[in-house]
Amino acid sequence: MEIYQFLPKTNCKECGKATCMAFAVDLLGRKAKVDDCPPLVNEAKYKANYEKLSEMITPVGDVTETGLIVHENKCIGCGNCVVACPVNVANDPFGAGSGKAPTSDKVIFMVENGIVKARNVQECRRFGENKILCVACIDTCPTKAIEFV
Amino acid sequence: MSRKYYVCTGCALLCDDIEVETDNDVVTTVHAACRKGVARMKGCSNPMECTVGGEKADIDSAISMAATILRDAKNPLIFGHGNSSSEAQKKSIGLAKKIGAYIDDTSSFCQGPIIEAILQDKLKTCTLDDIRHKADVIIFWGADPSNSHPRHLSRYSYFPRGQERQRGWEEDRTAITIDIRRSETADICGDTRFYQIPMGGDAEFMEALVSALSNKVPKTSFDFDKKRILELGNVLKKAKFGVICVGLGLVYSLEQLEPLFTLMNKLNEVSSFHLMPMVGQYNMRGFNQNLFVETGYINRLKFNAETGETEHGNNYSVVEVLRDMSVDAALIIGSDPLSSLPLSIARYLAEIPLITIDPCNNLTATRSTVTIPCALGGVESGGTAVRMDGVEIELKKIIETNNPSDEEILTRITEAM
Repeated sequence: MEIYQFLPKTNCKECGKATCMAFAVDLLGRKAKVDDCPPLVNEAKYKANYEKLSEMITPVGDVTETGLIVHENKCIGCGNCVVACPVNVANDPFGAGSGKAPTSDKVIFMVENGIVKARNVQECRRFGENKILCVACIDTCPTKAIEFV
Repeated sequence: MSRKYYVCTGCALLCDDIEVETDNDVVTTVHAACRKGVARMKGCSNPMECTVGGEKADIDSAISMAATILRDAKNPLIFGHGNSSSEAQKKSIGLAKKIGAYIDDTSSFCQGPIIEAILQDKLKTCTLDDIRHKADVIIFWGADPSNSHPRHLSRYSYFPRGQERQRGWEEDRTAITIDIRRSETADICGDTRFYQIPMGGDAEFMEALVSALSNKVPKTSFDFDKKRILELGNVLKKAKFGVICVGLGLVYSLEQLEPLFTLMNKLNEVSSFHLMPMVGQYNMRGFNQNLFVETGYINRLKFNAETGETEHGNNYSVVEVLRDMSVDAALIIGSDPLSSLPLSIARYLAEIPLITIDPCNNLTATRSTVTIPCALGGVESGGTAVRMDGVEIELKKIIETNNPSDEEILTRITEAM
């Protein structure tokens, strides 16, 4: 709804969607981009809304197959997610789980050149048959560099 | 396969679990270090050149010119040391003793008072490993480690599992931030564990906290919610192993350390609390400890060249001696005082003969008579350094360089005297 509030709400269909609400849902799911809404981009009265939405919806970039995005420009490499991730702790209790550099190849997060890299994402607790809404990496990130779409 | 770990010298955490990939004596990939550490380990983007009077020179003539400047000076100053190995610091102290120099480091306007109190056993402290294994209540007071020491929370204080804290941060640890602004560390601690106080209100908040711990009504002139202070008091009372991580925000706010001593004494009456100074530069505490062993003081000294006696006090701090214009030459090691000191004080520094020893170019170097590039500590040269908790860590050399280490340069200057 928050995204919808910033859209023109005219249901002009120029974006190819039936309604602005449908476009808002696609924006949230990163199936559409803010620039796909012509009135928002072209009309001066929507300029402030366009800027706010662009700020709110960060580009997807390199999204993993499980929907995990690491915004590399925001990441400071603190490693909070590496140590807090329950999968990392289970797979590498004396390395990542104890605050040290990961010593196992089965971890999901690793810091390389000061930026966290996601790997083995299929092991993440948000995916698979018994998925749960784990937010360990999101909550512990000081710069909000991790996101799921 | 055994892994080879190096030590990161990006900050005083001295993380010793860093793996590095190199190619032709250039660090290409750094594993596990934060951005701050990677920036340090990948070396200078703008390396310093060896110069005398602004002209390129060879290292022998630069050293001989540096020795001449120091020999001719009546009251030389030796400043810096935070980014030098302990061995280089000892050489620097020896040189200051020989030439009767003022000697100081950044701790005189940084964490100095806290380190002094710890070294004099006035404050209870512990190691970072103790924090990882035992701490259940951690207070970040005037500190934002998410920015200053990015791996503090993940490696030691909040997120890791330890011997007595095996269930993780959600169940086993409580992190609290007391600060004048909502920092990124405060965001991690959460709304209920963030205590926002007005600027300069730290001493008063400490008094209120002591009242809460003594079962009295905590009062503050800025009307802080009494219920919240009482709640905080209860959390602290129940702590089995508490830590206060003291940042610069608290050090700058307190005119004297008495309120902190009172709070720590009270906390140790009702539970067990330790203090951790959030030291910035990687070996600042090393300099304080080395000088303390040598002279009984941690900084702000003037040596007498003939008798070897020392004079100590605020009047001998780098800020005061520059304000008084009582120095007539300065040797700067691994520091950039022209950038970090207030302009009104630093301006005088640009008027006297300066010698800079540093791997990277900086503002002070651009105004120096002599610049001598040295190896980057912990990357191009080894040695030892002291972590923020006082534990000595051995630094390993990663890559080769043509530049001598700062220890070697100081030895050669001392010999040339």
